[in-house]
Amino acid sequence: MDSYKTFEYDVLVIGAGGAGLRASIEASAAGISVGLVCKSLLGKAHTVMAEGGIAAALSNVDDRDDWKTHFADTMRGGQYVNNYRMAELHAQEAPERVHELEAWGAVFDRTGDQKILQRNFGGHKYPRLAHVGDRTGLEMIRTLQDHGIHQGIDVHMECTIIRLLKEGDRVTAAFGYDRERGKFRLFKARAIVLATGGYGRAYKITSNSWEYTGDGHSLAYDAGADLIDMEYLQFHPTGMVWPPSVRGILVTEGVRGEGGVLRNSEGNRFMFDDIPDLYKDQTADNPEEGWIYTQGDKEARRPPELLTRDHVARCIIREIREGRGSPHGGVFLDIAWIREKLPNAPEHIKRKLPSMYHQFKELANLDITEEPMEVGPTTHYAMGGIRVDGDTQMSTVQGLFAAGECAGGMHGANRLGGNSLSDLLVFGKRAGEYAAEFAKENGATGVDDSAIADTIQWALAPIERQEAEGSGESPYQIQYDLQDTMQELVGIVRTQEEMDQAVEKIAALKQRADQAAAPGNREFYPGWDTALDLHNLLTISEAVARAAARRQESRGAHFREDYPDKDEEWGKTSLVVKKGGDGTMEVSREPVMDIPAELQAIIEENR
Amino acid sequence: MTTATFKIWRGDAEGGDFKDYDTEITEGMVVLDAVHQIQAESANDLAVRWNCKAGKCGSCSAEVNGMPRLLCMTRMDTIDIDKPISIEPIKAFPTMRDLVTDVSWNFEVKKTIKKFNPRPPDAEDGTWRMAQEDVDRVQEFRKCIECFLCQDVCHVLRDHQKTEEFIGPRFLVYTAALDMHPLDTEDRLEDLKDAHGIGFCNITKCCTHVCPENITITDNAIIPLKERVADRFYDPLKKLFRRLFGKKS
Ligand SMILES: Cc1cc2nc3c(=O)[nH]c(=O)nc-3n(C[C@H](O)[C@H](O)[C@H](O)COP(=O)(O)OP(=O)(O)OC[C@H]3O[C@@H](n4cnc5c(N)ncnc54)[C@H](O)[C@@H]3O)c2cc1C
Ligand code: SF4
Ligand code: SF4
Ligand code: FES
Repeated sequence: MDSYKTFEYDVLVIGAGGAGLRASIEASAAGISVGLVCKSLLGKAHTVMAEGGIAAALSNVDDRDDWKTHFADTMRGGQYVNNYRMAELHAQEAPERVHELEAWGAVFDRTGDQKILQRNFGGHKYPRLAHVGDRTGLEMIRTLQDHGIHQGIDVHMECTIIRLLKEGDRVTAAFGYDRERGKFRLFKARAIVLATGGYGRAYKITSNSWEYTGDGHSLAYDAGADLIDMEYLQFHPTGMVWPPSVRGILVTEGVRGEGGVLRNSEGNRFMFDDIPDLYKDQTADNPEEGWIYTQGDKEARRPPELLTRDHVARCIIREIREGRGSPHGGVFLDIAWIREKLPNAPEHIKRKLPSMYHQFKELANLDITEEPMEVGPTTHYAMGGIRVDGDTQMSTVQGLFAAGECAGGMHGANRLGGNSLSDLLVFGKRAGEYAAEFAKENGATGVDDSAIADTIQWALAPIERQEAEGSGESPYQIQYDLQDTMQELVGIVRTQEEMDQAVEKIAALKQRADQAAAPGNREFYPGWDTALDLHNLLTISEAVARAAARRQESRGAHFREDYPDKDEEWGKTSLVVKKGGDGTMEVSREPVMDIPAELQAIIEENR
Repeated sequence: MTTATFKIWRGDAEGGDFKDYDTEITEGMVVLDAVHQIQAESANDLAVRWNCKAGKCGSCSAEVNGMPRLLCMTRMDTIDIDKPISIEPIKAFPTMRDLVTDVSWNFEVKKTIKKFNPRPPDAEDGTWRMAQEDVDRVQEFRKCIECFLCQDVCHVLRDHQKTEEFIGPRFLVYTAALDMHPLDTEDRLEDLKDAHGIGFCNITKCCTHVCPENITITDNAIIPLKERVADRFYDPLKKLFRRLFGKKS
């Protein structure tokens, strides 16, 4: 058997984005040993790409804001199927978490009275997003990283976890390989926190990087944990569409927050054509009101471009389908028009949206201060994830915690922009805190050697298969085929027939994945990474397809052409995905958590 | 159909060689796309780092036709494709495999720089006040994506391998961001002069020229730090003044 190196920690954190870093910092503050594992170098996780900001009711720009309004906005955005406890804690604790970042060295943009500046974003009633231009994620991850490296956390960079090991119903270790050398590693731990982010790589058009293969979701599922809300996957309305090689790269909602408008090929601001009832009272009915809202007029209502992402994405799809799209199959997003309103508009745009300016200039050869951008929906964020307890973030498996994008429930059927970065901080901290507590209360346990041997054999199969048979399929091709399948059959607009078809296709792809071959050596070998990631991508794709096929209504990000309306009964139901006794996937209906009266009252006050 | 020939360095710590690959070039492609295409078509095991594909994470640093670049931000239409295009790993650090280098030294160096140490909060609620104009400079430094391209071109590291004595431009920018942070109270000048070797920099500005974030590394970060060090350690009047009044710099 291939050898492996063993490490032992009280708490092991898997993932070094915002959630994982914050969890590690908190766990190590409890005076215990902490290991942190990530697939890339430190500071390169997805969080670095976040642009627009961190949502927190600091009330620096509008003093009417408070945690209650933030809570109500989050629940409305999530169509009231959120884990209410998470939404509550999130709204209450986000301000403190943001201030803490400042204490650790973050430098946010400032208001005139020298406080942290906040900007408008879709679905947020007041300007709420603390930000640094449009590179907020970089500020956040760097602050956590630079603070974290002095906390005695043991970091394992470029190391991929491929299996969680259990003893009884408790998780006891994680097994993986160091990508740089291709050598196996065993991490024993009393508690494990998953903070692995999302799975956008299951789709062809996505804002997500190669890392987003749903590893945490799939590791937890294989370890017997529940997944929840898997049918809810966010398609961000504005990804780049041209040139082809950048298709999917994100264009921050901040563009619309700063006054950018959406137009179709006829020059019409089509977002005014369809404003949902839930948001009628809060939405401007004329362009001028929308404009002055973006410029900070407290009496004005927000422009329809700042409606929730699910709705904006569908309106864009409608325009494209009905033949009013832009030349490359998107619609126009125009910020240059504000020249009519502001004398120094080009400088203003460059200052507020520097990386967007840069991104379009460099990658599309387009000056956004002069011309409109072409944009279209892109797979962006996983609302669904590992089911956790709202207070402690423990999953349904003992000793296994989850935080950040890989955890489910907080955002319900649709996430509001900016609510992810705050989620990472609030629940990263909580996961670290409770994982440390669990580790202190529960002694070390053993590890099952046969499970390790089995994992090694499985992991080496793609390499050995090639050597033995001299054939086998390229893992890249299987990944492309999966991406096509998900893009076409389980996209923004869904039907029963298509999703049933997707489930079948995924089953066939699984068989092909069992024959994936990765010829070559084991050091820093992307072909091998891809072959192993396929298992995760396929598991998660199946979960999304099965849950989406099951929910016969439209809600938030889940839109069914064959059931275009919301259904009251389904509104009381969550879908839970779990590995059945015989190894097949089970989807079951469970009641949505009952919202306590005092929180219900807050929701009613803010209707 | 347009094709281009790439000469990609293949090998490991022991050594290696350039290998030729032909691939099709389509509109809007960047060099990283070409590398990925080659990886999928004919070199499954070609090692390259990347994450964001949008110039935000600083993973994909390499040398394209000898120029230190982010592969994801180098458009094919800015390169002459009539001639073979060379792609090789950055040189200042040990090669690991193909285009991937061992940059771990950078992560170790960072730990030796004293961390942020803020003054007590300004307001009752534990928060601080800072004006935008007072943080503009620090925000410029904090744009750094840690691509280490500046480290790659700095002759002190690249040619003279002074990794024991000099922290390199990236970490001078990092130190400047801390030192010029309006809330910070830590003193890093002695380290800068001794352990961190700021004196090795002879202001060639090569680092500034390659920074993909357009940080004015030399003028805005290094020179002011050098001045602070000089004021502290080489200006007798100020030295005396400080001894009498105990000021930070
Ligand atoms: C372009 C873009 C812009 C965004 N803008 C915003 C915004 O403005 N505001 C907002 O609130 N949200 C935004 N989001 C969403 C937000 O950035 C992400 O949801 C969030 O950063 C996820 O953080 P995380 O800590 O959960 O995971 P990540 O930051 O993705 O980190 C995941 C970590 O897990 C590691 N990992 C994964 N699998 C394994 C494995 N098998 N073994 C070991 N390690 C593993 C990875 O290496 C990585 O370190 C944006 C997202 C994108 C893509
Ligand atoms: S200016 Fe200084 S730090 Fe920059 S490349 Fe030249 S010697 Fe190196
Ligand atoms: S200062 Fe510029 S060149 Fe140097 S690491 Fe940072 S972003 Fe890269
Ligand atoms: S891939 Fe992130 S900078 Fe190139």
